[in-house]
Amino acid sequence: MNPTRRGFFQKCAGGLWAAALAERLGAEGMMARQPHFPAKARNVIFMFMEGGPSQLDLFDPKPGLSKWAGKPLPPEFIKFYESKLAFAQPDAGVLPSPRTFKQWGQCGTEMSDWIPHTAARADDICLIRSMHTDAFNHHPGQLLLFSGSMQFGRPSVGAWVTYGLGSESQDLPGFVVLASGRGTSGGVTNWTNGFLPSLYQGTVFRNSGDPILYLSNPGQLSRQTQRTTLDALKELNEQHMEETGELDISSRIASYELAFRMQTAAPGLLDFSKETTATRESYGIDDKTTRSFGTNCLLARRMVERGVRFVMLAHASWDDHTELNKKLKENCDMTDKPVGALLADLKQRGLLDSTLVVWCGEFGRTPMVEHRLGRNPDQGGRDHHPFAYSLWMAGGGIKGGQVVGKTDEFCMRAEEDPIHVHDVQATMLHCLGFDHTRLTYRHLGRDFRLTDIHGNVVKKLLA
Amino acid sequence: MKVVTSAALLLLGASLLAAAPDFVREVEPILKKNCTGCHGAAVQTSGLRLDRSTDALRGGYSGPAIQPGNAAASKLIQLVEAGKMPPAGKKLAAAEVGILKAWITAGAKFPAETGPVRSQQRTSHWSFQPIRRPAEPVVGNAAWSRNAIDRFVLARLEKERIQPSPEAEKTALLRRLSLDLTGLPPTPAEMEDFLTDTTSGAYERAVERLLHSPHYGEKWARHWLDLARYADSDGYEKDSPRPWAWRYRHWVIDALNKDMGFDRFTIEQLAGDLLPNPTPDQKAAVGFYRNSLTNREGGVDTEEFRIAQVKDRASTVGTTWLGLSVGCAECHDHKYDPISQREFYSLFAFFNQLMDHDVEAPLPGELGPWLAARPGYEASRQAMFASYGGPELMREWRAKLLRAADQPGNNDPIQFAWKYVGNLTNGLQPVLRLEESQRPREQHEQLVDYFIDRAGDVFSKEELALRNWQSLRKEWAALEASAPKITMAQSVRQSFSPRKSHILMRGDFRSPGVEVLPGTMAALPPMKGEANRLNLARWLVSRENPLSARVTVNRVWQEYFGRGLVFTSEDFGARGEKPSHPELLDWLSAEFMESGWRFKHLHRLIVTSSTYRQSSKARHDLKEKDPDNQLLARQTRLRLPAEAIRDSALAAAGLLTPTIGGPGVRPPQPKGVTELSYANSVKWPESDGPDRYRRGLYIFFQRTVPYPQLMTFDSPDAVQACSRRQRSTTPLQALNLLNDPVFLEAAQSLGVRLLREAPPSFDERMKLAFRLCLGRDPKPKEAEAMGRYYQKELAALQANPEEARYLHPQTVAQAAPSEGGAWTVMARVLLNLDEFIHRE
Repeated sequence: MNPTRRGFFQKCAGGLWAAALAERLGAEGMMARQPHFPAKARNVIFMFMEGGPSQLDLFDPKPGLSKWAGKPLPPEFIKFYESKLAFAQPDAGVLPSPRTFKQWGQCGTEMSDWIPHTAARADDICLIRSMHTDAFNHHPGQLLLFSGSMQFGRPSVGAWVTYGLGSESQDLPGFVVLASGRGTSGGVTNWTNGFLPSLYQGTVFRNSGDPILYLSNPGQLSRQTQRTTLDALKELNEQHMEETGELDISSRIASYELAFRMQTAAPGLLDFSKETTATRESYGIDDKTTRSFGTNCLLARRMVERGVRFVMLAHASWDDHTELNKKLKENCDMTDKPVGALLADLKQRGLLDSTLVVWCGEFGRTPMVEHRLGRNPDQGGRDHHPFAYSLWMAGGGIKGGQVVGKTDEFCMRAEEDPIHVHDVQATMLHCLGFDHTRLTYRHLGRDFRLTDIHGNVVKKLLA
Repeated sequence: MKVVTSAALLLLGASLLAAAPDFVREVEPILKKNCTGCHGAAVQTSGLRLDRSTDALRGGYSGPAIQPGNAAASKLIQLVEAGKMPPAGKKLAAAEVGILKAWITAGAKFPAETGPVRSQQRTSHWSFQPIRRPAEPVVGNAAWSRNAIDRFVLARLEKERIQPSPEAEKTALLRRLSLDLTGLPPTPAEMEDFLTDTTSGAYERAVERLLHSPHYGEKWARHWLDLARYADSDGYEKDSPRPWAWRYRHWVIDALNKDMGFDRFTIEQLAGDLLPNPTPDQKAAVGFYRNSLTNREGGVDTEEFRIAQVKDRASTVGTTWLGLSVGCAECHDHKYDPISQREFYSLFAFFNQLMDHDVEAPLPGELGPWLAARPGYEASRQAMFASYGGPELMREWRAKLLRAADQPGNNDPIQFAWKYVGNLTNGLQPVLRLEESQRPREQHEQLVDYFIDRAGDVFSKEELALRNWQSLRKEWAALEASAPKITMAQSVRQSFSPRKSHILMRGDFRSPGVEVLPGTMAALPPMKGEANRLNLARWLVSRENPLSARVTVNRVWQEYFGRGLVFTSEDFGARGEKPSHPELLDWLSAEFMESGWRFKHLHRLIVTSSTYRQSSKARHDLKEKDPDNQLLARQTRLRLPAEAIRDSALAAAGLLTPTIGGPGVRPPQPKGVTELSYANSVKWPESDGPDRYRRGLYIFFQRTVPYPQLMTFDSPDAVQACSRRQRSTTPLQALNLLNDPVFLEAAQSLGVRLLREAPPSFDERMKLAFRLCLGRDPKPKEAEAMGRYYQKELAALQANPEEARYLHPQTVAQAAPSEGGAWTVMARVLLNLDEFIHRE
């Protein structure tokens, strides 16, 4: 183990012993640790809206665009876009949003009519309209968003957080991934442990079959047989430990006990029977449209209650190159109600203060139209847009009820308070009690960090 | 006279106007105060050094900073005037800028330089020093030492007053040796032979048998494939399958089994295509490069990802042969090691000429029948294509695409069509530029296939309907299905037209800096001959190269002892760990090179040493003194790699299919795994029959949704060279071994095997079970415990016949389902033991 990490653990927990354990053990090595400084947020729910949702139709109203409808952008904007778009032509016509925006909550933040449930939580939400990133393709954009670099091999933010804080749960993984819709472009790289120990990799809870791979006993193998198997295993492993004097075997024994506990705990997590009808209804568990994402949102709350450190909800895909009006509506219908319910539920249970909630895509979408299917306006979509888009945060350590940042009249560039992906990462870590420049891990002789060599904590976002 | 005078006056006037400032008195203080901290003798950020004439006038990575005589055009002036330099916010005073401008206007004169222009960037770091074979030390306990390894290890132990451990028990020793050399446990018969052979040399004979087993190549190929970031799919969003990637793996296994020297092994992988009349095997060997990820996501800039591949190749070569984090110098000079950004791009320049090239690479026996069938097939192809007017339409297609390619900026459908050629094919864009007669045959055929498939990108449905294209596609598919079959390989070739290489500022492909030529690092001995890939490969494995042998030997050592002599096997640079036994490392490196870079020689040396043969039992006296077992006073217990865990379970169960080489397989896995692939696009057609039971290294490696058992047990993710795998212990591993149907099936089969193969008593069956799984007999306490659990389970299953039948679906004569089921459960216990997934 490298010196930095050893030092880190010594400061944080039970010294060397804890460090050795963390290297070798399963969730026992995930014991909770203290961050650099006291902080409000202890858990994260990261809602990743894969593909790049359209900020123009959800969060960033540009009524002025209607007079440009169908016309190309002014020449300087066209020039800016040259060779920077994935598909659309830089001189394609402007596509004003057909959505209606209105002010929500005490704070009066403007949001679109397609996300009324999210908008109803406006007073809890800190909406950033001035996001920007470096990548205009999906996988590179997701690499940057999650690992702070477009190069492969770095740990994802969930792994960093779990590495830093350990887990509060004794019978569930510390970092869980819940997916709905279809698979994401980034796949495993969005929840990889990179060069951190495997312990910190995200564990995927699956939609079909076992929530965790190989969680249930095979077929008709009884619980009793499983118990007998584990008892026999334990006895023989202990005998072997005595014989060889190899204390590491105790980690293996513990990992089997934990696996057995997970077999009990995970189904309990999935058992919603104790949730009230009102709760089920609010998340839309029993409605076909919202069931998938709603279930994941409710699971996220239940996981946070049980001490899971980092829950990632991935919903794919918002990559609406075509038929924007139809597809965006579908995604909003699937996700908006559960999102609103989750925020309200967390708040009502007093969990929102200690849970940092983030909602974002890997980039936004262009103000210009993209035509692939035909010229019919209903078939039009928007292209990838890394230069200006929206992201929102809520809960632990974040100041809700505000809008930060402003884009220009075309939503082409972040004009006021531009905030980069690295800044969001730095701010997230800050909310969890970490100085992002000091949460490091030595690999190939270098102390790596989530924010690479960039990132600033954005004070405006903080409560 | 008058003329001369006025000219002199004029000159005088000009110099007065320019008032050339004195460098030492006026200019140098400004540079020292503001610039040379980052652009001076110690550090040259972005390659720029401003304290000496030659360097300053040459400029940095982005080009010259000073244009003597033209201050306004000098980047130095532009940047200080714009306040962009110095970067930390303190702007230069107007007077200071004035002095710099005047100095440049007057010609930017420096005082004469003394000493060499470029300092020799040699470093005193240990790993950059030449490898000399050290003398073997004299040790006290000479009887213990079997070879030089032991003398180096023992000398150190004697210095620390530590006794080595006794030799491991014979059963543990053969199991260790088999797993280490072949990745498979010994069969009970092999163990029996070894235990009953009491003549001298029994162990050495076992070593030779295993070194000559074809499974040796499989086991050691896996380590190499970790470095080669081998996978069977592209990676990135689309993650398309690579149907012929396995041909490279096949080559690696074969080369290792033949004990090809590491020098040749290197040259064939890095430059096999440049050897005279390369064989199909040599063309397959350069598939090493093709393991880079490919991004086929719609709308990507193909140049961006081509460059990403070239960078990946440079970094991989750096890690694999030099043990240096060369990739760190992609965006800036390396912070700790003597690798400048310029040098990174000089290495990059070797690989910048590579072009994907899929070639026929027949395996033995394939070529004859293929050659015989080709002429008929080719004739049918041509005739069919011509009968639909294919050739003329293809010429039109080509003309349209090339026109679109050469007039970029106007994103019309044809431009997309041109992009798709770059996106969807392996390197056919440049082939399309060639006239038909100049194209390599294989690639012309691939291009015709592509055209037939994607003509709709350029021509309208109506145009194609006129030519009956649908029917051509149908007939074509039928023809292709009956085409003579031959194995292909992902290979490379030099590009048709040489590309220039530039330093990329901050690694960004859109910000080229100065041009660089191929070359190696100044801190290492110079490369001989013309700067090309072949000479680069030869340079890597030259006797003078201080790194390749050390790095390679160290990685082999790491597999036998759990940690390398240099713990950070991926980093031999300044921030890596120092070797625990530097002389042993050098002795082994010299021996390796002088043996003709023979791996088998190195393996033999290590496994026949007393050091290797020690018991791995923990020792109380070492807990404080040497907790990480750096001094090697014992062996180390090692958890098996993912593949060996699978292989051992299948072998114990009698299920393993021992076929060597060939295409990948897809064992059963839960449906939920591929559901997480991009848009559910990954297909996982389960393998049937014997293919279900192939060794783990043949499992189709799908980068975005890899086979779970591999990942759960710490296989690398195949995106970067991996020099050292983790060995973790997690509850997901427990769930995997307990509940994965693959392992349940192994337990069921093992149970049946015990009933069928052992004499019908509990003791004999349990003995066989232990021998199959652990290579040894049960100890009395173990037999007693297992007996107890067996009885308990038997009783439980007698009461639950349904579960018994589930656990024991086969019928074995004279065994009740409850008995069979109870043996399945006992087998399952053994397959989950900590000892089963370790080698002692």
